[in-house]
Amino acid sequence: MSRVLLIEDDPAVREGVALALRRQGHDVAAAATGEEGLDRLRSFRPDIVILDLMLPGMTGLEVCRTVRTLDQTLPIIMATARGDEVDIVVGLEAGADDYVVKPVLARVLDARIRAVLRRTAGAAPGAEGLPKIHTYGELAVDRAGLTVALHGEPIALAPSELRLLLTLTASPGQVFSRQQLLEAVWEHDYHGDARLVDACVKRLRTKMSEPPRAPRYIHTVRGFGYRFAAP
Amino acid sequence: MRRRRLRGLRFRLVVAFGLVAAISAVTTGALTFREARTGVLQQSQDATIRQLRTQLNQQAAELALPPERSALRKFAQDLAATESRGNWRVLVTYGDLSGSSASGDPFTEVTPALREAVASSRATVFQRVRHDGRTSLAVGMSILFSTQRIPDSVETPSGARVFLVVPQTTEQAYVDALVTAAERAMVAALALAVVLALLAARGVLVPVRKLRLATRRVAEGRLDTRLAVNGSDELAELSHTFNETAAALETSVAELREMEARARRFAADVSHELRTPLAAMSAVTDVLDEDAARLDPDTATAVRLISTETVKLARLVDDLMEISRFDAGAAVLHLDEIDLAESIRRTLASRGWTDTVETELPPPHAVRARVDPRRVDVIVANLVGNALKHGARPVMVRLSGDDTVAVIEVRDSGPGIPSHVLPHVFERFYKSDSARIRSEGSGLGLSITAENVHLHGGTVRAASHPAGGAVFTMELPLRRAEPTEEYRP
Repeated sequence: MSRVLLIEDDPAVREGVALALRRQGHDVAAAATGEEGLDRLRSFRPDIVILDLMLPGMTGLEVCRTVRTLDQTLPIIMATARGDEVDIVVGLEAGADDYVVKPVLARVLDARIRAVLRRTAGAAPGAEGLPKIHTYGELAVDRAGLTVALHGEPIALAPSELRLLLTLTASPGQVFSRQQLLEAVWEHDYHGDARLVDACVKRLRTKMSEPPRAPRYIHTVRGFGYRFAAP
Repeated sequence: MRRRRLRGLRFRLVVAFGLVAAISAVTTGALTFREARTGVLQQSQDATIRQLRTQLNQQAAELALPPERSALRKFAQDLAATESRGNWRVLVTYGDLSGSSASGDPFTEVTPALREAVASSRATVFQRVRHDGRTSLAVGMSILFSTQRIPDSVETPSGARVFLVVPQTTEQAYVDALVTAAERAMVAALALAVVLALLAARGVLVPVRKLRLATRRVAEGRLDTRLAVNGSDELAELSHTFNETAAALETSVAELREMEARARRFAADVSHELRTPLAAMSAVTDVLDEDAARLDPDTATAVRLISTETVKLARLVDDLMEISRFDAGAAVLHLDEIDLAESIRRTLASRGWTDTVETELPPPHAVRARVDPRRVDVIVANLVGNALKHGARPVMVRLSGDDTVAVIEVRDSGPGIPSHVLPHVFERFYKSDSARIRSEGSGLGLSITAENVHLHGGTVRAASHPAGGAVFTMELPLRRAEPTEEYRP
């Protein structure tokens, strides 16, 4: 089905998760360290990376940042043994598209993988019938080519960032609640985690060179959610 | 407050000192005054009587008996004249006749009792009389015949009586001066006593106040509070004892905290260490479940059992981690203003409970609150899950709220909670039925619920509904977004 690169240092977890994912029909490559994982990235060319946060040597965060410099669009799911708030937030801000807290059931992991892959494949919802390329001030969004340019320079967005931007720009001015964005972008079918949305918006703003105190495009609607406004 | 001040140590000390000073001053003053006064008066009166008698002895012979009225007056005037300052007023009587040194003087000082006493006694009679605000000495004596040439002859009353009235203004002035002096001394003594009392009270009260403040600080948890020990009196000993107690308390509290921290760390470490093997096991439970169908029945049962237990164990470890986060104070609120009714609806929908649970929710946006949505979800899911598991259907979720508080009520239609269980339902691992060794949940669910509610500054309580069924009522204070606080991810 899809090619999954699993970077996990604990052999039992690595084998267990790999076994379960193969049963779910995925093509799995497993790496025990971050360095090995980065090597396999070139040879295996995965569709998605499942990355343990605590690795010997190169940490999961470093691996995540390195992967992001090599391939902006490769989806990454963080698997963290520590469910502490700070670990999740740091993981998300390093560029992960989603996270799971271990221990995790194979079918939950599979569902997350499918959800993340779905959103990298398709365009944002509600985009049909719109012109292909939209410009908002200095920002140009190509809905067909799935590229975004600022000042004519393309900016590289991770899948969730791209999808979030596409969702927001589909109806400029409309306020989306975090829950709505969670459902539209991450396809979480449960009462999910607003921090995913917040972390993703933060990364998107950084890539769009938004001044953090007075963002031009993506506005925070306090206590509710976010809204895209063309300047 | 006023009553307390009146019963305070300072007040009582001042009163006691004042009373002691007043009593001793009054007693001393009164005794001194009495002796002095008696002495002064006695002396002047003795002198007066002696002088009168001397004059009488010299002049009595000049009085012919029975006398004429004019002779009586003459005699009286002569007697009065012998006192150089002219203070004497003399009255001489013989039967009904009387003559005085000053004509028309009523001699009111000479009372009938005095006259009576002189008539019936040969001795000299005197009386102090207070008249018109002035004290006078009234002396009365009979003139006796004596055969002067023959010593020791019997004297017989002549029937003539002499009364002398001397004003005692000088003596009175002395006495008044004494009283004034005593009064002044007493005021000074009282003032001194009050000052001393205040000083003594200060000496006691300052250390006592310091002790009180220190005790309060210790009660507030500042166990490193110590008192400065000055001197070696009882108060210094008390301060010393206080310091020792505080030190002992600090040591044992530090030990307890250390033990508690160790226990918490242990729980957190154990949970954490359990995660890795559980991560491996959890990942393959589906594989086991899938393959169980192809195995022989005994193995299939065993495999399914392992699969189920792994899922339970994973949840227990999750709950333990959550609890240790609460214990370590690492649980933080990610506040967001949400519509509580919508949040409850989502919680029910995401767990597939929409059709099994009845709801009574206000219209959208009626009850909005600044809460941590994830924690509110956990709270509601836990209470409803609990009701479905341990109570009986129908289960009812009700939300209401005013400007200050939102109330979420979860009620089931089961047998309710026995009253002896009620106080313990939020305790960790509490089993209402000791015979039931394991329940479906981890035994931490309600405990986590309570922690989450408390983190929001709310309250949660369990009760049995009169009509049957358990009722869990949660109250969340509604915190509106503060204008300064921007939720910026």
